[in-house]
Amino acid sequence: MSKIMEGLLYSESHEWVKVEGNIAVIGVSDFAQKEMGDITYVDMPEVDDEVAAGEEFGALESVKAASDLIAPVSGVVVEVNSDLEDAPEAINEDAFAAWIIKVEMSDKAELDALMDAAAYKAHIGE
Amino acid sequence: MSEDLKLTCLYPCHMQLQAKMSPFAGFMMPIQYSSITQEHLAVRNKVGMFDVSHMGEIFIEGPGAEAFVNHIFTNEVRGMAPGQILYGMMCYPDGGVVDDLLVYREFSPEHYLLVVNAANIDKDFAWMKENAAGFNCTLRNDSELWGQIAVQGPEAEKVVADVLGYPQARELGFYTFCDAEYKGKRLILSRTGYTGEDGFELYCTPENTVEIWQKLLAAGVEPCGLGCRDTLRFEAGLPLYGDELSPEISPVMAGLSMFCKLDKDFIGKDALVAQKEGAIERKLVGIEIEDRAIPRAGYPVVNMEGEEVGVVTTGYHSISLDKSICFALVRKEYSALDTPLQICIRKKVFPGRVIKKRFYKTNYKK
Repeated sequence: MSKIMEGLLYSESHEWVKVEGNIAVIGVSDFAQKEMGDITYVDMPEVDDEVAAGEEFGALESVKAASDLIAPVSGVVVEVNSDLEDAPEAINEDAFAAWIIKVEMSDKAELDALMDAAAYKAHIGE
Repeated sequence: MSEDLKLTCLYPCHMQLQAKMSPFAGFMMPIQYSSITQEHLAVRNKVGMFDVSHMGEIFIEGPGAEAFVNHIFTNEVRGMAPGQILYGMMCYPDGGVVDDLLVYREFSPEHYLLVVNAANIDKDFAWMKENAAGFNCTLRNDSELWGQIAVQGPEAEKVVADVLGYPQARELGFYTFCDAEYKGKRLILSRTGYTGEDGFELYCTPENTVEIWQKLLAAGVEPCGLGCRDTLRFEAGLPLYGDELSPEISPVMAGLSMFCKLDKDFIGKDALVAQKEGAIERKLVGIEIEDRAIPRAGYPVVNMEGEEVGVVTTGYHSISLDKSICFALVRKEYSALDTPLQICIRKKVFPGRVIKKRFYKTNYKK
């Protein structure tokens, strides 16, 4: 069983969003890190880059494969978790603590398209 | 799941260990049990075991066996001692590769065992039969009758000698084998592998393969999947058919000319001679990039002006070396050591340079 955090929003592509006012803190779910296996590299955008909901903003790399990161909301990147550059395994250790980027949202209504914890639990079949 | 997928004799063992399974070469195979990194390090530092029962075993026998094998095989079979093993390829007349394989010179006179890639068994056997006309020998595809376990790592010799009770393992040199028995049935004990470490490959009946697997497991040998088999062989600079060798990628392009004896006749020789004299456009190289980003198969390789000059065939962030490295097929003029090249990874371009393909210092038995 994967861990699911109450109070977060989830995308179908397994990103989580924590809403802090106008800022969306974005990471990947525990389910996603388990599927990936040992994460060896996180490809992240830079501060001030624009991201668009439904579009790729970076990638997670495991030993075996690369998996795109899909932005759950649109906006401008205001912070990236640079700790992940040297310690990508932090995502394996605690996927909900290891946030990847913070985005200043341009359209908060996009949050409505995301799932809550219960809906996400059903989505991954657990 | 495709119903055409075959299962190896060890499939129930993989289920029991809850391995992550995936189709490979027409078989349902274990990719990993614990984690690729853990399994990789077990082989580098201690000992691991792989189910390689999917590999093909083709036996060639008869007065014309030597001449036939020498006709289809790039390496020199004449003069092989009983118990000796050679690596090489079968080529098409244009130098493209049918398969890469091991040739075992058996202890019975006029007997050879050819061990081929699982994905190519049917194709290889058909190719052999097609080219056997006029040679006085018989060809037998016994792939389904044999299981195979690879025991690899610095403690492999100890495990095979002490846990399995084959002290003769200690005397075997690299690329030699001996015949032994397990429960009255033949067991081929071969000092070979595909990891860059010392190790053995044990061929025996499917039933005995399962028993040996369980014994090794009980002795604490780490079960290892195809995931780390690929990271290990890659670091050791070993090619994988389909990635670094193919009908389009000849042994000369792949830098494997040392396994092609151009002073004898074999199918594809003339093309390989011409390639050796300069008639190739691309060569396989190693490339290291200065970042943790990972070059993957299919990513473009570009020169410093941004012009595409090649493609990645296999790449990883190397577990043992902690560097992002890859094999790439590049235009010949970019193949010299230290040539600066760049790799396109998603939207970014990462600078790197050509390095030796044998990334990891191998630890074979002398």
